[in-house]
Amino acid sequence: MIQVIFKRLLMLVPVLIGITLIGFLLLQVMPGDAAERAMGTRASAEELAEMRRLWGLDLPIWQQYLLFLRDCLTGSFGVSIFHKKAVITLVAERLPFTLGIVALSTLIALVIALPFASLAAVRRGRPADHAIRQIFVALIAVPPFWLSYVLILWLSLRLGWFPTGGVGEGLAENLYRLFLPSLVVGLSTAALIQQTLRAALIDTMKADYVDTARAKGLRRHEIFLRHVMPNSLISTISIIGVRVSWIIGGTVVVEKIFSVPGLGSLLIDAIVSRDLPVIRGLTVFFAIMVVIVNLITDILYALADPRVRLE
Amino acid sequence: MQVLKDLLRSPAGALALLMLLATLLATLLTPLLSPYDAFALDFGNALQPPSAAHWFGTDNFGRDIFTRVMAGAVYDLRLALICVFGPMAFGVLIGLVSGFFGGRVDAALMRLTDIVWAFPFYVLVLAIVGVLGPSEANLYIAFFLVNWIGYARIVRGETLLIGRLEFIEATRVLRFGKPRIMLRHILPNAVTPALVYSMSDVVLTVQAVAALSFFGLGVQPPAPEWGLLIVESIDYMREAPWMTLFPGLAIVWIGIAFSLLGEGLSVALKPKG
Repeated sequence: MIQVIFKRLLMLVPVLIGITLIGFLLLQVMPGDAAERAMGTRASAEELAEMRRLWGLDLPIWQQYLLFLRDCLTGSFGVSIFHKKAVITLVAERLPFTLGIVALSTLIALVIALPFASLAAVRRGRPADHAIRQIFVALIAVPPFWLSYVLILWLSLRLGWFPTGGVGEGLAENLYRLFLPSLVVGLSTAALIQQTLRAALIDTMKADYVDTARAKGLRRHEIFLRHVMPNSLISTISIIGVRVSWIIGGTVVVEKIFSVPGLGSLLIDAIVSRDLPVIRGLTVFFAIMVVIVNLITDILYALADPRVRLE
Repeated sequence: MQVLKDLLRSPAGALALLMLLATLLATLLTPLLSPYDAFALDFGNALQPPSAAHWFGTDNFGRDIFTRVMAGAVYDLRLALICVFGPMAFGVLIGLVSGFFGGRVDAALMRLTDIVWAFPFYVLVLAIVGVLGPSEANLYIAFFLVNWIGYARIVRGETLLIGRLEFIEATRVLRFGKPRIMLRHILPNAVTPALVYSMSDVVLTVQAVAALSFFGLGVQPPAPEWGLLIVESIDYMREAPWMTLFPGLAIVWIGIAFSLLGEGLSVALKPKG
């Protein structure tokens, strides 16, 4: 097991180098002079020269990359022009809100997807299955940024059940305030999980050990809950792992709309204020986050599935 | 033609074609259906609720929302289709070459797609547009840089599978040229799952294009793009919710149509026998 983890960690090295390289190239393809673009037209010649020196823009390109790599390795991910702080400091302030939305939305997605996937799998090919599929097809077609406003209009402005956005103090208050943005992300995740879980459940129900359980005289719902569901959930976890990049991407949009001071808002604010080091550092950080979550789900999957564990 | 017949035979496919045909007709016939101009201001009629005269109501400048949503369909569909099928053509080619020849090029290419895959889609597209600056042209560039990856991976996998099948072995025995084997015999079979995938890609791309405009990073005003219609409506959401509602429903409508089309295609393109 430890060997498996070690091997996975070793495989990460080229991926992480590649991620920093793409983040670096991102700013290299930018048209015009980087310092001028960042400082705007009002900057004086001295300010621009200072900027170039500070950023190492006067160095050869490979040295610039090494500088950025050093920033990533030392954990600062560069320094914001606008906030005058290390990108990692800005990230640390905002990460809890983004992780909160990721966790809460995944929970909401599971709560929605589990019963529907079970019903669809048990009633496979029947009207209930078709109806559920159509509901989730419609759900995928709903753009999250628009759904956010529809929910604000309906649940916040009309009914007054939720605040229109922002965050508060303490865990309970924040869970309440993050519910609507998490719901928006969770609904689109639910559609993905429902489809995968339904297929996994149907697959598992055909397994030999399910026949054995039935031959033993176990009741249907016992077989379903004790044998079919846990085994299907394991393969679904790995799918969530693959899709985590999509979930994290989805938080960007809702954070901005619900004024949640998370990583997504930081990214969009950085784009609007042309804070290039933040755009670059944050993009790289997002990718690293995805890679780490994928690693964790891989390990969890290996722990949960003896066939993988013993390999 | 056979595919179209099979498509019409599946309920999802038939419904999808019907929805898309209706959209196309409504877009083409907008001048007949509504006497209004998508851009002309008419302050006397501002913020009118939906009625017989204005089916979707009017916005804060008195413009007819039905006319604007229909004009927006041209924008959004054009953007989404280019942003999906352009990168798709490139990705399919890369996947085909990579899977067929294998070796170092293939290995390097797959590492590259692994790495790009790690970046969340919205983050990468936003970052590219953010660095290049907001404009329609840069929107295309961003989607081209990101969207080809999925197709390259799918087609590469299919090419590997199909390359081992007997009928490809036969073409090799017959000493067909490599381009002929690739383009005439592998491509038609390998492209099917990519085509089905492209339908769900259209659904997400329509949303992403609108989302980028919504954040001021895509199509610029006064274009009647759906994302822009929604962002312009936000300040009037309380008194004129129809301004927000209808452009969003248009996105949902297109999304459902392409989801169903994908479902129908996956049935229609399944090998028979």
